[in-house]
Amino acid sequence: MTTLASRSARTKTVDSRRRLVVIGNGMAGARAVEEILARGGAVQYRITMFGDEPYGNYNRIMLSHVLSGEEDTGNIFLNSLAWYRDNDITLHAGVRVDKIDRFAKLVFSGDGRATPYDVLIIATGSRSHLPPMDGMYTPGGRLLPGIFAFRTIDDTTGMVSYAQQDHHHRAVVIGGGLLGLEAARGLQSHGIDVEVVHSGGHLMNAQMGPDGGAVLRRSVEALGIGVHTGSRTTAVLGADRVRGVRLRDKPDIECDMVVVAAGIRPNVDVAVTSGLPVERAIVVDDQMRVPDEDEIYAVGECIQHRGEVYGLVAPLWEQAAVLADHVTGANPKAAYLGSRTATKLKVAGVDVASMGLQAPERDTDEHVVFSEPSRGVFKSIVIRDSKIVGATLLGDSRKVAYLTQAFDRGLPLPDERVSLLFDIGGPGEEAGVAELAGDAQVCNCNGVSKQTLVDTVAGGCTTLAGVMDATRAGKGCGSCKLLVRQVVEWAADGAVEEDPAAAYYVPGVPLEKAALMKAIREQGLRSVSAVFAALAPGGAEDAKSKMGLASLLKMMWAGEYIDERDARFVNDRVHANIQRDGTFSVVPQMKGGVTSPEQLRRIADVADKYKIPMVKLTGGQRIDLLGVPKEDLPKVWADLDMPSGYAYGKSFRTVKTCVGQEYCRFGTGDSTRLGIEIESRFQGIESPAKLKLAVSGCPRNCAESLVKDVGVVAVDGGRWEIYVGGAAGAHIRKGDLLATVDSPETVKLLAGRFMQYYRERANWLERTYAFVPRVGIEHLRAVIVDDAEGLGAQLDAAMQESVDAYVDPWTERDDPFTPGQFRTSLPLEVLPQVPVR
Amino acid sequence: MSASPDAGQGTGLSNTGQGAILHVLGPLDQVPVGEGRAFGVAGEQIAVFRLRDGSLRAVSAVCPHKGGPIADGTIDQAVVMCPLHQHAFELDTGCSTTGAGPLRRYPVFADGNRNIVLRLP
Ligand SMILES: Cc1cc2nc3c(=O)[nH]c(=O)nc-3n(C[C@H](O)[C@H](O)[C@H](O)COP(=O)(O)OP(=O)(O)OC[C@H]3O[C@@H](n4cnc5c(N)ncnc54)[C@H](O)[C@@H]3O)c2cc1C
Ligand code: HEM
Ligand code: SF4
Ligand code: FES
Repeated sequence: MTTLASRSARTKTVDSRRRLVVIGNGMAGARAVEEILARGGAVQYRITMFGDEPYGNYNRIMLSHVLSGEEDTGNIFLNSLAWYRDNDITLHAGVRVDKIDRFAKLVFSGDGRATPYDVLIIATGSRSHLPPMDGMYTPGGRLLPGIFAFRTIDDTTGMVSYAQQDHHHRAVVIGGGLLGLEAARGLQSHGIDVEVVHSGGHLMNAQMGPDGGAVLRRSVEALGIGVHTGSRTTAVLGADRVRGVRLRDKPDIECDMVVVAAGIRPNVDVAVTSGLPVERAIVVDDQMRVPDEDEIYAVGECIQHRGEVYGLVAPLWEQAAVLADHVTGANPKAAYLGSRTATKLKVAGVDVASMGLQAPERDTDEHVVFSEPSRGVFKSIVIRDSKIVGATLLGDSRKVAYLTQAFDRGLPLPDERVSLLFDIGGPGEEAGVAELAGDAQVCNCNGVSKQTLVDTVAGGCTTLAGVMDATRAGKGCGSCKLLVRQVVEWAADGAVEEDPAAAYYVPGVPLEKAALMKAIREQGLRSVSAVFAALAPGGAEDAKSKMGLASLLKMMWAGEYIDERDARFVNDRVHANIQRDGTFSVVPQMKGGVTSPEQLRRIADVADKYKIPMVKLTGGQRIDLLGVPKEDLPKVWADLDMPSGYAYGKSFRTVKTCVGQEYCRFGTGDSTRLGIEIESRFQGIESPAKLKLAVSGCPRNCAESLVKDVGVVAVDGGRWEIYVGGAAGAHIRKGDLLATVDSPETVKLLAGRFMQYYRERANWLERTYAFVPRVGIEHLRAVIVDDAEGLGAQLDAAMQESVDAYVDPWTERDDPFTPGQFRTSLPLEVLPQVPVR
Repeated sequence: MSASPDAGQGTGLSNTGQGAILHVLGPLDQVPVGEGRAFGVAGEQIAVFRLRDGSLRAVSAVCPHKGGPIADGTIDQAVVMCPLHQHAFELDTGCSTTGAGPLRRYPVFADGNRNIVLRLP
């Protein structure tokens, strides 16, 4: 084939580009590479990156949101693995570099590899500092279970799952700085009682003086977080896991987990063992080069520049740009002169900004202070020779942009100093934004300037959400959102569009779900094409909307739905799950995960006969036959002679069960039987997103019922608990207890009622883990258990209708619904082949 | 590709004068309304779609992104969306609206006998 021939020809030509190796795949390393690529670096360099963490580069700042559950880990990546592939970068993720040989120009990594370089960039960042305390380590030398650092994705997900375990109620956070307060706030959202133990005299003492610290303390305590300042933790208590902490001169605090956020230390081991100059961090000059090493650069939190070591992202952006100018030769005169640390953050929901001096130093310095502790507002400005040399602002971020600029550029100040603090006769809000210089940084977290925002608006992006997506502004700590909005509004000159599309059920029909359902019902629209014709602008079809509409209509009309097959996604057309190579996976129904020798024998025969490349047990206790070509599907189903297991649709999928009462010596309820009954009743019903269920026979919970869309647990006395809204995939959430009931019949009734309510109210592709917290468990209990809105009978009837409309889709094997339904769409050999195991 | 019987290996029909060759791919009914089917024509893989307004479109059948089966995609009057990663391509031009590489497009129509006719350059 021509494509193959040309590909091999390319690999044979010698790659004459120089080799650029980057150690550390964090925010600074990846940003430096982005800047190098932006300067045409791909022509000069073959790039290899090493990262100790087994992921692409992600926004570390967002870990606070991951901890609080506001964000999924999947959404915080700045550079996905595909980005590295697309830019031809070799990424060794999960591989640590141990040593550099500066003379042979080799990098040695933990996987035994020696990688040659022409140019090297060190961007190893920092790690959490764990101050020595008694009892931190088990005799085996491991960290005592329940102690956590707060630096990486793994730290964060570890904390979340530990915090969600039932018997963990209390946490102590050691360190009352930025990280500690963020950790405390995040843990609270998992229902944990948190106390912060801080050795300094007041909170955030690196950023503010005692007066500001006192106001912040009030705001933090008002959130329900306990604060102990001037307290040093001397020991962690507990033999098998954390049971408490011991403080010097104060009573012990009982707790189940300890988060250590007592500062960071630059990762300099590699540099030290390789003989590079290290003081507090790796020393670099104004060109970001390690002194006396022409080919070695360093960037990020691991460096020391003119005596400064930075711990925030804003300086990284400037450093990465200077570094790229030199590495590519784009601007040999570029120099990094250090960053003035103006910090603007949102900490535990409180706006905090600080820059320069915390308090006056000379007799002639002016000090303008305003304090209103009851509202959590504190403002302090230090002025020298009519210029701002320091400021601290708490709880009110409105003047921050103006003050930052005045501080950065040494602007002359208005005579009436009070207008620095408030908009009284000074530059007003609007004027403030207009006055802001183009290169003033608006979003520190992602390094976005006012000009970039203005250009994006001029480029036709006039919704706040659109501009935020395009520039990443406001997607870090979130403190700049107000300012981003102001800049966008100012740049669009009042023409900012609210993004109403965000609320549409599907993008192609401009209606929210409730209004859409009403219109469909009133106009009797029973097919997807009828909905487009009646409700879409210009009657135009929209490919992206078809699947969601098909699901909604089937739910609403059940047996009366007019099933246009082109509205379905390919999975639902051929009743199997499409794989990366265009083949399909077949999962036969196996209710409750219970099977028989007879079924297993048939599955084995089918696997042999059709040479199924992979047979796998799924997470939902089913058997998956992978790699089946589309044209074989009908034959495979016929030989299996089992109904569809629905492993492909946005629908009710599986009920996982434990063995339960019948065999298990702990069992208190017949979990297997109930699971099978639930699956028999609700098999195949479509829903806004997939539904995975489980039934466990006792609170040991072997079927993992607490992390299912609907999970059932048998408890003493023949009673059953029903949990809803749990998840353990990309997002982890413990389900909320909907009700505890007396009989399996009631379980089925309430589970059905909940699922119907979800089907009718949830947005397209909104899983229950998002839906349940959005509408609130109290509301769900009222509607579903107490029938407070009188919807019960109606929900039950609608669900019954869907149950009655069930037909096993695999019966279409004998009588294809459309011509060529199972005809091949591609010769498989041109696709990437899934390896045969 | 092992041509399945109905996969319509096209037969060269006539020379149109500009060196383009017309291939008859068989009855229109092979392609349900609103869907696509793949055909092997003179060694090329081609996806033919029948739009809801009855008209036909033909583009190359292999997604330039990761080789997804374009004929299994979802369509509207304007675009086809690949089933693997939802890249979209204009049916009239083959150009991607989501930043992937382009598909090739081919002229296609139904003749008086309700057969699909494809023109290869
Ligand atoms: C929870 C949290 C919240 C934060 N919030 C804010 C905020 O609101 N505002 C703000 O400005 N800053 C904030 N920060 C700080 C900010 O994240 C850091 O300043 C920034 O990530 C530093 O980037 P870096 O590339 O220097 O280091 P990192 O992002 O730590 O990257 C270094 C990478 O190098 C890897 N590495 C280290 N040694 C080796 C080796 N030998 N071999 C291979 N790989 C190695 C590490 O595993 C790591 O992935 C926050 C940090 C945390 C943890
Ligand atoms: C005497 C007590 C227990 C026995 C004998 C037992 C036995 C088992 C066995 C045999 C398995 C299957 C292992 C396999 O898949 O190879 C299993 C799985 C599992 N058990 Fe237990 N178990 C016990 C207690 C518990 C407890 C207390 C919990 C939870 C707190 C638990 C949670 C699990 C989970 C989550 C799985 C995995 C389920 C899956 O991946 O499908 N078990 N157990
Ligand atoms: S959940 Fe309880 S009943 Fe079910 S298998 Fe586990 S221990 Fe036994
Ligand atoms: S293969 Fe078509 S979108 Fe990825």
